[in-house]
Amino acid sequence: MEFYIQQVLNALQVGSVYALIALGYTMVYGILTMINFAHGDIFMVSTYLAFFFSTFFLAVFSNASPLLVFVSTLLVAMFGTALLAVLIERVAYKPLRTAPRISAVITALGVGLFLENFMVAFKPVGPAPRFLPPLIPQINYTFGGVTVSSIQIVIIVVSALVMFLLDTIVRRTMVGMAMRAISWDKFTAPLMGIPVDRVISLTFALGASIAAVGGTLYGMAYTIDPYMGIRIGWWAFISAVVGGIGNIRGAMLGGFILGFVEIFTPVFLPSTYRDFVAFSLLLLLLIFRPTGILGRPVAQKV
Amino acid sequence: MTLLQIRSLTHWFGGLRAVHDFNLDLLPGELVAIIGPNGAGKTTIFNLITGVYVPSQGEIRFEGQSLIGLQPHEIISLGIARTFQNIRLFKELSVLDNVRIAHYARTHYSIWEALLRLPRFGQEEQRVRYEALELLDIFGLADLAEVPAKSLPYGQQRRLEMARALAIAPKLLLLDEPAAGMNPAEIDQLMDTIRWIRAEFRLTILLIEHQMRVVMNIAERIKVLDFGQTIAEGTPQEVQRNPRVIEAYLGEETIL
Repeated sequence: MEFYIQQVLNALQVGSVYALIALGYTMVYGILTMINFAHGDIFMVSTYLAFFFSTFFLAVFSNASPLLVFVSTLLVAMFGTALLAVLIERVAYKPLRTAPRISAVITALGVGLFLENFMVAFKPVGPAPRFLPPLIPQINYTFGGVTVSSIQIVIIVVSALVMFLLDTIVRRTMVGMAMRAISWDKFTAPLMGIPVDRVISLTFALGASIAAVGGTLYGMAYTIDPYMGIRIGWWAFISAVVGGIGNIRGAMLGGFILGFVEIFTPVFLPSTYRDFVAFSLLLLLLIFRPTGILGRPVAQKV
Repeated sequence: MTLLQIRSLTHWFGGLRAVHDFNLDLLPGELVAIIGPNGAGKTTIFNLITGVYVPSQGEIRFEGQSLIGLQPHEIISLGIARTFQNIRLFKELSVLDNVRIAHYARTHYSIWEALLRLPRFGQEEQRVRYEALELLDIFGLADLAEVPAKSLPYGQQRRLEMARALAIAPKLLLLDEPAAGMNPAEIDQLMDTIRWIRAEFRLTILLIEHQMRVVMNIAERIKVLDFGQTIAEGTPQEVQRNPRVIEAYLGEETIL
């Protein structure tokens, strides 16, 4: 029993990160019906931003409080990653907004490859895996055989908070409503006074800064390397599709489902089957419920 | 002072000249109609005014400011609103949200204020909601505020479009065939509504319409377009008697 509770906690931890990244895929898809395949690599860049800033910050202020270090690292990573995503949108995607969707998708793949290889070639990063310096003290709490680390708690709580805030923005604010309006009718939205370009930039900025929260949290628990965005990006993308791409709550749900797949596959099958299980899930869903779990089926026009 | 001034407006779509040398001076409070056969370039003029297209030539000034090169949302926030010939509501959004979204340019709170639930967020959202419901009430849609716009019958969708346009708080309202698809009783009601909102919101209105009864009854001046060219203009009476108009548009027989 303790074993399973332990695994559920681990699944929530991994699932939180997938959910945070999946939100970026789903938001961009929601507004532009485009899959931003560079998003996994944008996530990767965010972990490096967190790595460099926290290293720098700890070197300069060696006795700063852990909370201050953590929060400032998080904010810098969020801001830097948002800037990167807005820049990518302006330079690479915006000129293709009226081009066929496939052009933008191929461009996104290209941007992803660029980010990976740039990071490998960029001397201060390089191909070797790295660890973030400890941002918060690791303390393990044991409750009757189940161990929870402070990092695990931070990951789960911070992710939940960020998801709640995003949900508020999208559901309760004018900007959230503008995002939905643009996704349904790009012609009419500006004629109702909505600054479409600005709202699209904001969508990219939000998606990227949420991925940066995931990136910073991920870097606190695992090693980072320039190719990490590929696998994690794919898993987050599958999360978004499983939950229903374009649907914010679907991306959250999908992230946790994939977290459970990742943690529980090795319980029942050899651990090398993880990707097999994840992609099988994607394929089954695409066959039987292509709109995902929470996505509304598209009514067929006759 | 003229509210809207259009000078030698010309627009080409590839080799097709959709609008040719169009001129208009719209005084505050006026109601001017543009009529003409299908494809005469009427909706193109609306699209040029609202920045959907950048004109090939010519000048458009609103309250003295040139609109050429401005983005549609910038033009809208100067106080120009429009409705569409083929209703373009946000079908999946609720009736209320369709009107709320048109307040976008006039809503003043940042994301941070929303996230931190600062007072201005609540106040602004409440103001927008109140104003939107008031508009829905005027158009008899308040009871339907929460239903998706797509579930409204046609006539109510037309009214919702007008409510949404008014939510922009325009000085100039561009109505693109508001009577399309309406029966005579609905058209009577529409004319009353247009007269009423014009007085109530002190609007200047530019109207595209096919229904001669509407144009002849509510417009003070009419411009007649054919193949992008202005072939006549004047009061409804003058236009009705103009032989070029009768030939090009109204047919051989007189109407009314």
